[in-house]
Amino acid sequence: MPSSVARILRKLPRENAFYFFTSIGNYTGENASSLEEFVKKIGEVNAKSLEFHFYRGDFEKWVAEVLEDGELAEEIMSFKNLKPVGDALRSQLYLIVSKRFEKLKSEFRG
Amino acid sequence: MKLKNQAVSLDSLDWNILQALQENAKQTYTEIGRRFGVAHSTVYDRIRRMEENGIIKKYTATVDLEKIGVKHMTAIMTVFTDPKESENVAKKLSEAEEILEVSTSLSEELLIIAKVVAKDQDKLHSFIAQKVAPLPGVLRIRTSIITRKYKGEK
Repeated sequence: MPSSVARILRKLPRENAFYFFTSIGNYTGENASSLEEFVKKIGEVNAKSLEFHFYRGDFEKWVAEVLEDGELAEEIMSFKNLKPVGDALRSQLYLIVSKRFEKLKSEFRG
Repeated sequence: MKLKNQAVSLDSLDWNILQALQENAKQTYTEIGRRFGVAHSTVYDRIRRMEENGIIKKYTATVDLEKIGVKHMTAIMTVFTDPKESENVAKKLSEAEEILEVSTSLSEELLIIAKVVAKDQDKLHSFIAQKVAPLPGVLRIRTSIITRKYKGEK
């Protein structure tokens, strides 16, 4: 099992968690401090929050810089040109991130 | 001015002097005295006693940031907190240089209301996302960016 997989799946300290906002300065109270929690929250948070962060590039930035998963960051970025919104955005984002999480989890288990 | 159970009671002249200083703290004792019909030495004496009693905490300068070319924006941030953590949150916010004022309010929930300044919307959002949202006890945050001020310090 590569150590990078364990690193991507690690639990983060609260200052490095992803905090979901619906607009500038408006925090929903939802946050994710691991890839596993991130998958869960994508399915739960207000769609407006997903749109806010998706089009600011916050998701790929956090995934690349904090979780250190460049591959997932690329995948998130790659469907931006389809301009998904609302439930379509949620479904596609959930599919990409959950698929990646399951793959990494099975690699971790060996 | 009398001390009454540790609280200081002020007479009408003290209140008038305080109001005059809040309007313009650079007025001379003579100017204030003339306005209220008392000698400058009386004004001096009242101000000195109010300083000694901590009623007058300090004299500050209000800077017009736009005139010195500093682009900035102001926002009012309402932080909903777990009541057990609200004091810690308020203290942490008070330490941040981006925060100008911090107050608490109890309506249906315990709220912390803070005035925030930042260079632009991105800086404002980064500050709130990275420094405020992660504080233990913060439940959610509502922020209103001030677009026009109708009354305030000149």
